[in-house]
Amino acid sequence: MGKQPSQAQQTILSMNDARPLTELRSKETGIIDSLRGGAGFRRRLAALGFTPGTRIKMLQNRGHGPILVTVRDTRIALGRGEAYKIWVKSE
Amino acid sequence: MTMREGNSIRIALAGQPNVGKSTVFNLLTGLDQHVGNWPGKTVEQKAGTCQYEDWTFDVIDLPGTYSLSANSPEELIAREYIIKEKPDVVVAIVNATTLERSLYLVAELLPLPVPVVVGLNMVDVAEQHGLKIETHVLEAALGVPVVPMIATKGQGIRELLARIQEIACDGAKYTPNAPDIRADHKDILERIEVLISDHVPTGYPPTWVALKILEGDEQITEMMRVHLPQEAWDEIYGIIKQHEDACVAVASGRYAWIARMIRAAIVKPKAGPIILTDRLDRWATHPLWGLLILAGILGLTFWLTYAIGSPLQELMDIYLVGTLSDLATQALATAPNWITGLVIDGIIGGVGGVLTFFPILLIFFAVLGILEDVGYMARAAYVMDRFMHLMGLHGKSFLPLFLGFGCNVPSVMGARVIESERGRLLTILVAPLVPCAARMGVVAFLAPAFFDAPTIISWGLLTINLTVLVASGLLIHKVILRGEHVAFIMELPLYHLPNWRTIAISVWQRLLSFLHKAGTIILAVSIIIWALSTLPSGDIENSLMATLGRLLEPIGRLMGLDWRMMVALLTSFIAKENAVATLSVLFGTGGNGASLATILRTTLTPAAALAFLVMQMLFIPCVATVGAIRQETMSWRWTIFSVVFLLLVSLTGGVLTYQIASLLGR
Repeated sequence: MGKQPSQAQQTILSMNDARPLTELRSKETGIIDSLRGGAGFRRRLAALGFTPGTRIKMLQNRGHGPILVTVRDTRIALGRGEAYKIWVKSE
Repeated sequence: MTMREGNSIRIALAGQPNVGKSTVFNLLTGLDQHVGNWPGKTVEQKAGTCQYEDWTFDVIDLPGTYSLSANSPEELIAREYIIKEKPDVVVAIVNATTLERSLYLVAELLPLPVPVVVGLNMVDVAEQHGLKIETHVLEAALGVPVVPMIATKGQGIRELLARIQEIACDGAKYTPNAPDIRADHKDILERIEVLISDHVPTGYPPTWVALKILEGDEQITEMMRVHLPQEAWDEIYGIIKQHEDACVAVASGRYAWIARMIRAAIVKPKAGPIILTDRLDRWATHPLWGLLILAGILGLTFWLTYAIGSPLQELMDIYLVGTLSDLATQALATAPNWITGLVIDGIIGGVGGVLTFFPILLIFFAVLGILEDVGYMARAAYVMDRFMHLMGLHGKSFLPLFLGFGCNVPSVMGARVIESERGRLLTILVAPLVPCAARMGVVAFLAPAFFDAPTIISWGLLTINLTVLVASGLLIHKVILRGEHVAFIMELPLYHLPNWRTIAISVWQRLLSFLHKAGTIILAVSIIIWALSTLPSGDIENSLMATLGRLLEPIGRLMGLDWRMMVALLTSFIAKENAVATLSVLFGTGGNGASLATILRTTLTPAAALAFLVMQMLFIPCVATVGAIRQETMSWRWTIFSVVFLLLVSLTGGVLTYQIASLLGR
């Protein structure tokens, strides 16, 4: 996980804590915070551009089923299980 | 730099999926290409040659991959080819509209010991999206040639070849700025490099190997574990255990390097324009509209295929098969009877019958080729994902399964798009349950012969097949092939206008595999089946085949079928439409369709007729498909499993249908 925030930042960040990508609503954007899961899976996602600090936009999230995002100018469909392993922060 | 041997240059074409790499490859080689497999792998290998000025370029198309890690067999093949075969130049095709991401592969290629030339493709599309890319700035930053291209229009290809030739002939002109991506883990990376430096097998650059170890690359780590002395390995093992986050950090490092490379070279519009792709996707990926659009497109595909294809098939049957039979009859007038029989009934009847499906397949594959090329198929996969999950598959299995409505052979081969071995196997095992054009052809002939409402029966049969497909998938997924969930990660490319050349070549290659099978396996089995149905006495009613059919009669009786119907099922193993041909021979109608229908209607009860149709729809696939299953699974065990499984499924289906229909009909 990322670095511990300082005390002063804590209050601001409490609204801003990392959460799974699946919680981003359609049209919402976020910043990738961290990747979870096995090394192979993380390496594959990272190669596709899902690296911490990257801006990500949710195109479609219906609350169930696969999701659709834009990362580095690419539209990518992800299974819900996969999306759950990508953690994002608000911008 | 190696010396040129004569005037030939070996180039390897690398690139991520959806960058237009196959368009470039087709542009370079035209039809002068050889399609096969990478040795020992079920990964397609394409090779070809092209001429430019005095030079011959031997082009090998590497599998399309996002990176060069040990993530998939494709990635391993690509990097091993470069390291071990050392082509003169690697051409990296990148997509100007997704420059950052497609340069990731270039960041992986540059540390390898082969010069790289970058083909910056789709600059026209990038411009439409308001992106301005200064090619020479990018070239200066990377230190390698960057050639702007519009492959769909053939632009930039000559310059690309010129730059390749320049680099291949004069190594001094190649001065790459190797990616420096060690900021995060500089110290440990250097330590690993020191530890391994004396033990790296020849051909592998030590810095690259060190980076791969840090990335957690299983294959390279294993290779070094074998080559390293114990204490060096122990230290490295300790380092990688401590830095398990490095796989992401290394990728971040590569992207940071890319950001530096393109900073001065690219001008992005402040707010991206609302582009056609976004507008279309609002509908095409919508959970409801997307499904309706898919259903509409599929319906249209079938309608086009059969509205145009079926009349053509009949014409081919009359003119091609008919004419060939007549010619053969005349030519063999003086030959012994058995030779005439072999040629006309065995070879022309068997292979010719299969060939009449050519127009149907041509149209079906052409429509599918267009849908694939414009970028729609990824959307279809996306909206179908939730349904495929029922069987433990995901959206990517949809395309290969859909191909099966044309012919099961490309369907089984198409399962290659699925990354996980388990998902691929599962798709291959259920693929034969998609009724191919030939099976639907049998239904189209027999349903009106048996029933007054053939359309309802046909739809019912189709529904049964798809239901059995899902149920089988579920069963195999839950009971036989239990395994972990497979990640669904799929790029949705930008929509673009179809490139006819790419489509034509893909259709041609799918048809070619079908024609190849018709000329080899189907030819051989046609002759065997002909022999079985002729020997020993010359008439089918006393033949070995009939004996076999009579042996199976007890099973047939459970479905109300006599031995002739069982023989028809058996011969459908060569090619599905043989069922009709066999019935005409066995019921002695001399190919007269109308009278066959009358005879069948009086011979079979409706329950038995329905059972026969269900059975033939679910029956083991034709021999060409079984061959494809063997080739793609590389396992006789799974091939036999598939045949036995479908045999049981179809028998159960047939018996159940007969028993239930008899009860209801009483």
